[in-house]
Amino acid sequence: MKRVVITGAGTINALGHTVPATLEAMREGRCGIGPLDFRDVDRLSIRIGGQVNNYEPETRFNRQQLALYDRFTQFTLIAAREAIEQSGLTFSGDLAARAGIVLGNSGGGMTTLDDNYRSVYEDGKNRVHPFVVPKLMNNAASSHVSMEFNLKGPSFTVSTACASSNHAMAQAFQMVHGGMTPVMITGGSESMLCFGGVKAWEGLRVMSRDACRPFSANRNGMVQGEGAGVFVFEDYDHARARGAEILAEVAGYAMSSDAADIVMPSKQGASRAIKGALSDARLNTTDVGYINAHGTGTAANDKTESAAVADVFGAHADRLMISSTKSMHGHLIGGTGAVELLACIMAVRDGIIAPTIGYEEPDPECALDVVPNVAREAKVDVALSNAFAFGGLNAVLALKRFA
Amino acid sequence: MSRSTTDRVIAIIAEQAVLDPSDVTLDSTMEDLGIDSLGLVESIFAIEEEFDISVPFNANEPQASDFDISSVAAIIEGIEKLVKEQS
Repeated sequence: MKRVVITGAGTINALGHTVPATLEAMREGRCGIGPLDFRDVDRLSIRIGGQVNNYEPETRFNRQQLALYDRFTQFTLIAAREAIEQSGLTFSGDLAARAGIVLGNSGGGMTTLDDNYRSVYEDGKNRVHPFVVPKLMNNAASSHVSMEFNLKGPSFTVSTACASSNHAMAQAFQMVHGGMTPVMITGGSESMLCFGGVKAWEGLRVMSRDACRPFSANRNGMVQGEGAGVFVFEDYDHARARGAEILAEVAGYAMSSDAADIVMPSKQGASRAIKGALSDARLNTTDVGYINAHGTGTAANDKTESAAVADVFGAHADRLMISSTKSMHGHLIGGTGAVELLACIMAVRDGIIAPTIGYEEPDPECALDVVPNVAREAKVDVALSNAFAFGGLNAVLALKRFA
Repeated sequence: MSRSTTDRVIAIIAEQAVLDPSDVTLDSTMEDLGIDSLGLVESIFAIEEEFDISVPFNANEPQASDFDISSVAAIIEGIEKLVKEQS
């Protein structure tokens, strides 16, 4: 089996428009969550989110591209450009024929849907722009990245709600690990911050009106974010042969299904995914120094996740660090695992642990070291990234410091 | 005084082709102007919006439509007919 390493990373999210800007914000424990700004926001009861601000699509794409790219596709392309540029790869010949892209995404082109439903239902128009379908389809982002970079290998989009990106990256890992292709582009994106997108989430009554405070006793719900994270997963031998810079090694993963409830998390399902990832990566529990939590800031997730970690790690649970960066960038739904993998790379590569900000009161049901409010320096050999989705679909990735 | 149909159609097609309107002549074809099938569908949408008409065009069989797209002049002629019929 091939060793799999990460040779490129890119992002745009509420914390920054690049990986360096995002990591700097995470180091400083900065909050990217603020008042939402879009049409009809005054009709929402939830008015905060991790929106990508100071974003001028016209500076990144021409008019014809913008006519075809929903916001989630734009974010994906921006992140993919950064990641692939960092990797130094160009795709032609045999490499182009084998390299593909697998991305996670949950809602597809929500802004496109919202705008066009409004146009036909509210404004009574009987005609919509011809590109509505190619803009809103979930695979649009994967397809546009494949076209821009000439990726002709296996390419598709995975949709497993809040675990989409982790499932996608697990799949990409498996393809490189098994020798199907030397390179896969992977990650995920989401852009649901529009009237209809937030209104739908409001209905579930799990959203906070003021802040995302994961693991804090006074937490009162999740806050949505938007953006993308994209990575280059590469066969180690291929990367070494061309002298590529290696950011981290992907050591393994596991997926599990709770088969229990469409929204409530399960300790058993989460535990099985965490244990499975360690076993796949041939790691011991004591090897793990950091976990990037799913940590949504809801009552149910955070206590269930804490219990799962306590179960799997036993006494070591008190020695490892676990933080939720959703407190800073919000919950990117289908894109969240991708942006959160950046915190894992920072942990193993730079020895800096991103904090859980907004932490105010200890919760006895979440009695772990959640790296409250301030980033920490620590040498970490192995980091896990948790994602536990609605529908009970779980995926956990294990990253190792490259040595 | 509103602009002539010709000027309005040429403006739409020029924008789609990313050309100056002066580079779009009456005998230009969509192919000459570098407008592909997706660009054509988008142009027809823009024309329908601009003139508030419905253009009978099926991208599956462009030749079978009543609407002639063989040149800029043919498109303008078709629009004038539709505007008259649908007003």
